[in-house]
Amino acid sequence: MSAAVPKLRQRLFGSVGNSLLTLAMVAAFVIYVPPLLRWAFIDATWVAAAPDVCRANGGACWSFVHEKYRLILFGRYPYAEQWRPLAALALAIMLVLASCSLRFGWRTVVAGWAIGVTAIIVLMRGGALGLEYVPTDLWGGLPLTVFLALSGMVGAFPLAVVLALGRRSRLRVVKSICVAFIEMVRGVPLVTVLFMASFMIPLFLPGKVQVDALLRALAAITLFSAAYLAEAIRGGLQAVPEGQEQAAEALGLTYWQTSLLVVVPQALRHAIPAIANLFIGLFKDTSLVGIVGLTDLLLATKQALGDPQWRSFALEGYIFVALIYVAFCFFISRYSRSLERRLQHDRS
Amino acid sequence: MNNLLNNGLAAAMLLAAAAGASAPAQAGATIDAIRQRGEVVCGVSTGIGGFSIADSSGQWTGLTTDFCRAVSAAVLGDAAKEKFVPLSPQQRFTALQSGEVDMLTTVATWTLTRDASLGLLYAGVYFYDGQGFLVPKSLDLKGALDLDGASICTATGTTSELNLADYFRANGKKFTPVVFESQNEARAAFFSGRCQAFSADMSYLSSVRASDAPNPDEWVILPEMISKEPLGPVVGRNDLEWYTVAKWTLMALIEAEEKGITQANVDQMKDSQDPTIQRLLGTSGDMGEKLGLDAGWAYRAIKRGGNYGEIFERNVGPKTPLRMERNANALWTQGGQMYALPVR
Repeated sequence: MSAAVPKLRQRLFGSVGNSLLTLAMVAAFVIYVPPLLRWAFIDATWVAAAPDVCRANGGACWSFVHEKYRLILFGRYPYAEQWRPLAALALAIMLVLASCSLRFGWRTVVAGWAIGVTAIIVLMRGGALGLEYVPTDLWGGLPLTVFLALSGMVGAFPLAVVLALGRRSRLRVVKSICVAFIEMVRGVPLVTVLFMASFMIPLFLPGKVQVDALLRALAAITLFSAAYLAEAIRGGLQAVPEGQEQAAEALGLTYWQTSLLVVVPQALRHAIPAIANLFIGLFKDTSLVGIVGLTDLLLATKQALGDPQWRSFALEGYIFVALIYVAFCFFISRYSRSLERRLQHDRS
Repeated sequence: MNNLLNNGLAAAMLLAAAAGASAPAQAGATIDAIRQRGEVVCGVSTGIGGFSIADSSGQWTGLTTDFCRAVSAAVLGDAAKEKFVPLSPQQRFTALQSGEVDMLTTVATWTLTRDASLGLLYAGVYFYDGQGFLVPKSLDLKGALDLDGASICTATGTTSELNLADYFRANGKKFTPVVFESQNEARAAFFSGRCQAFSADMSYLSSVRASDAPNPDEWVILPEMISKEPLGPVVGRNDLEWYTVAKWTLMALIEAEEKGITQANVDQMKDSQDPTIQRLLGTSGDMGEKLGLDAGWAYRAIKRGGNYGEIFERNVGPKTPLRMERNANALWTQGGQMYALPVR
């Protein structure tokens, strides 16, 4: 302890510049933090209360969250049935955690996802097992955000691997198709792709053919994310020494065996930081579906804030959803770190 | 030759007109599709308090959604169902053009450009709005032109900024626009003293003054309305039968208020001796048939959510957080502009 003090002093007050910086930081802390804590905790209204009570108390109005949390979390899903999106969300999170633990073989994981996704769809959609039918336009809030993000991650993965391999392929046609797709998707913003999927496609389709709006957005996000993911994986592929491929070929492995058993697993290991980066970006980008009228977490919050009685508490609402976004993104970030460490460990 | 052709054409048109007059109206393709589906699909705003907004339990409420419910009740009868598709301002017209929704019941202003060039039709006006100014009372302004040289807070993405510029240029005055990304920020900036005035639609200003101002009595809304913002339901141009139904449902709701028919007394009103009421409620005449509907269309529309006045009071009236007076939206008999064309 006593040894730490001189070290600390050296670091904080080592030079004039450092001393000034330290003092400035302390001053900023003293000026800004107590009022913030006062607003967020001491003066805040924590219980269910009317907006007027909040205004009288002066601090943060967490009553807003209490009043509107079901709308924010589940959108316009029928009120009495909201245990279903909750269960579906829990199931999805359990699937992700179980797969992330790497404790199960890939066959178990694939089977688990197949059963899990079916169960989620039945839960959300209903119309079977005595559950009331709920059309997809009523799905919303956090489950929608998570499903969109998952489809952009899990669904896009196989496609991305194929695209990444295709881009390195010696076959001209395959290569040009992959390059064209990747470059085209990367050349336009996600908003444009969503807009196209949601509004232009129905104009081209004959009148009777109606593709579900949620499905269209899911497809758009999956294709969009696949293009970026493919480039991240290609980066990983380039880091795999050529000798690996040649050795595999020398053993008589076919192209697919070489790729899927030797090259891609090593490439993915190299690509983990880039992939985690993409997934975090994608999770937040799902909020863009709001502009095509899908009620994701952020749009549901905005809808809750449209209520004239509560709209002055926008800050509280946004803090609440920000915490949810942070929690999910933080999980992705930590998990990718631990995965990197574990795989590093495996290799040595 | 030319004359002959003209005569022939005129005769053909007369014949067609006569045939049209005698044949009962056919329900259009949209109405058939709605009946088959069992629900009317309405495009609504993603969340505007009092007009179309999901309440805490996720149910749509508001003046424009109630209009959709009235049309749905008129067309579909007792089993009426509606599906509300939330649409952003950028996408609402495309959604109507692509047939994703049957009708837009949003807060889209009726303008010549939209009516004439987007392949759609406005079926009437359910709310007369207009841009105005909210100012502190302490400034003691007589009117909007006293704002010469003032900074004015407003939100971008709407026509508000353009209207402001037009108005001040037309009157040879100057102002400094202080533009924000959303109404929330513009409002907060105004109340923190960033500008002398806050400019937005009157409907919004009145709710801001009532619900957000620290002390409503210290703020006034100036009398000038610098733009006209008539809001109404929009349908596709390709189906005039459906357009007619939307238009006359609105007329029926206004007529009902004029005749004192409410959600509560509509059943007793069926025994009324007033021929206008009888025609409206379908106890005599064949008004519904002419629209391609049945006799009880207007009865059901009124029964569902009340007459226009009731819809107004329930969603945006003085007892709601929006605290709006009827003003331009009062009946024509009370100094407003709500005027129902005769149902006969």
